Amino acid sequence: MSSPILGSTPAHGSLTRKDVAKVALLARLALTDVELDTMTRELTTIVGFVGQLEAIETAAIDPLAHPLDTQNVFRDDVRRPSLSTAEALQSSPRHDGEYFLVPAVLGDTGAA
Amino acid sequence: MTANAPPLPSSFTTVIGLEVHVQLQTETKLFCGCSTQFGAPPNTQVCPTCLGLPGSLPVMNRRAFDLAVRAALALDCHIAPFTKWDRKNYFYPDLPKGYQISQFDLPFSADGQLEVVDPKGGWSRKVGIIRVHLEEDAGKSMHDEGAGTGDTRIDLNRAGTPLCEIVTQPDLRSPQEARAWLNELKLLLVYLGVSDCNMQEGSLRVDANVNLHIPCDGGPEAGGRIAKTPIVEIKNMNSFRSVERALVYEVARQFAEWQTTKAEMGKTPKQTRGWDDPAGVTRAQRHKEESSDYRYFPEPDLVPVTVSQAFLAETRGAMTDPPTVLRQALEAKWKISAYDADVLVNQGRDLVAYFEALAEAVGEGKVASNWMQQDVLRTLNERGGTIGEFPVRPPVLAEIIGRVAKGDFDTSRGREIFAEVLSSGRSVADVVASLGIAAVDDDELVALCRELLAENPKIVADVQAGKEQAAAGLIGQAKKKNPNVNPGKVRALCVDLIRKMG
Repeated sequence: MSSPILGSTPAHGSLTRKDVAKVALLARLALTDVELDTMTRELTTIVGFVGQLEAIETAAIDPLAHPLDTQNVFRDDVRRPSLSTAEALQSSPRHDGEYFLVPAVLGDTGAA
Repeated sequence: MTANAPPLPSSFTTVIGLEVHVQLQTETKLFCGCSTQFGAPPNTQVCPTCLGLPGSLPVMNRRAFDLAVRAALALDCHIAPFTKWDRKNYFYPDLPKGYQISQFDLPFSADGQLEVVDPKGGWSRKVGIIRVHLEEDAGKSMHDEGAGTGDTRIDLNRAGTPLCEIVTQPDLRSPQEARAWLNELKLLLVYLGVSDCNMQEGSLRVDANVNLHIPCDGGPEAGGRIAKTPIVEIKNMNSFRSVERALVYEVARQFAEWQTTKAEMGKTPKQTRGWDDPAGVTRAQRHKEESSDYRYFPEPDLVPVTVSQAFLAETRGAMTDPPTVLRQALEAKWKISAYDADVLVNQGRDLVAYFEALAEAVGEGKVASNWMQQDVLRTLNERGGTIGEFPVRPPVLAEIIGRVAKGDFDTSRGREIFAEVLSSGRSVADVVASLGIAAVDDDELVALCRELLAENPKIVADVQAGKEQAAAGLIGQAKKKNPNVNPGKVRALCVDLIRKMG
């Protein structure tokens, strides 16, 4: 089975520098060559630890989707006050009083 | 269809699957109490939760979940007894948290279907539904089109709005089918009150996946094989018509490309292309990320939801008839054609209610259906507005139709009265009186017909010689003498009188 976090990378065993570079890119982390080496080494150890879990027999255990034993928490579809636009924008690095402003984005990823 | 499309090739199969996002009709967002009202000034419907501010936590909107289940049941889906939400991680300025709360491996429903039937009986297509899941929308980015250097402006009012994502099997076989199926889906969801499906306001969005299966070396029957072109996902289509046009274009483009490159599925990554509506072409966009690139993991801030049989029974019980059932019911109850039932049902629930009230009052379905289609619908299209606010209510129209049936006046006179009642708001009796339409009594009519026959010996001779249709020549003259006469009656009476003349 492939891990949803590391894709087709095996849960244990070697993690390549290329894998780490890709994950770093997805996380928008700019790693130097030295950092990449360090991260590859350290992450390989961590993934190795996680790999130990695979040795445990889990066939008879239900998958756990959430650590809390609570289910079905809902709220009613009732409006509550929103923030004012000024409050909403105040922590933004840049805004024009109406919109958040960000550097020009080309194209549309529209991943929804 | 489109001038840019290369000529269509001969024998291959077009394979289309759709991914539809519909906004659920709730007052508030999926995880917070901000309004979902369309068109508010930018960034006025935002709060710490939908802005992704530290310390805020999502709480699921019960109505959003109920509506999503309703949609899935209407699509014949299996509802999972246990469902949970996951984080889909990607960075984009309109996604404040840096992840979208969506559903990955345990969607609340799967394995459904929706059939679309051509009302003229030409074809039908059953389309499988792979899954329906519930997720939140992102915000809206506005790019400075002109210079390409300006800032991108972000409005987060839409962020956190509840969406149902509906993913179909690749069961559609032509752009026309795709459009017809989308119409049926929209109608279904509107009928059920799940979504208003307004594409202009973004409450329904469609992406289409398309590729071609091309028989090679005579195809499988001749020992050949089927070549499958790389799947292309088309985005940016803002109407069902654009969906059809984009698919028509893309089918032709893929075939032309295949003839040159012979590129097949699996050998190149899945491509995303955007539809440029004014230009009528699709254009290549970025390569789509792999599912693993989204680094899905279970959303720790939301607890799972379990669904009981009792809840499903209750939801089913509260659901109104879907359009397919309603069409058949109207056909059977009012003895109208499948085509007529389709036209009426496709106009929405309120129009069907108007029709049923009218048919009830008239005591007959076919004539009520004719008046609905020829008069009410046409007028509604010209005037705009909804059937709910249409000034001529069913009992009034039934009165006009009833008097036509009685022979008080003919259909064309009935139409004039309808138009006058509509524009003046007066009663039928009032309008009939003011238009000088009085029922012509029988003695008067006989006298008028005798007069006509005396003035038209040639027509009399023709009718006597067996050319009964010659009597039609008398109608115009009769109307000149008295505009209130019923042409049908004049004709029948004249023929009768001529016969009696021997």
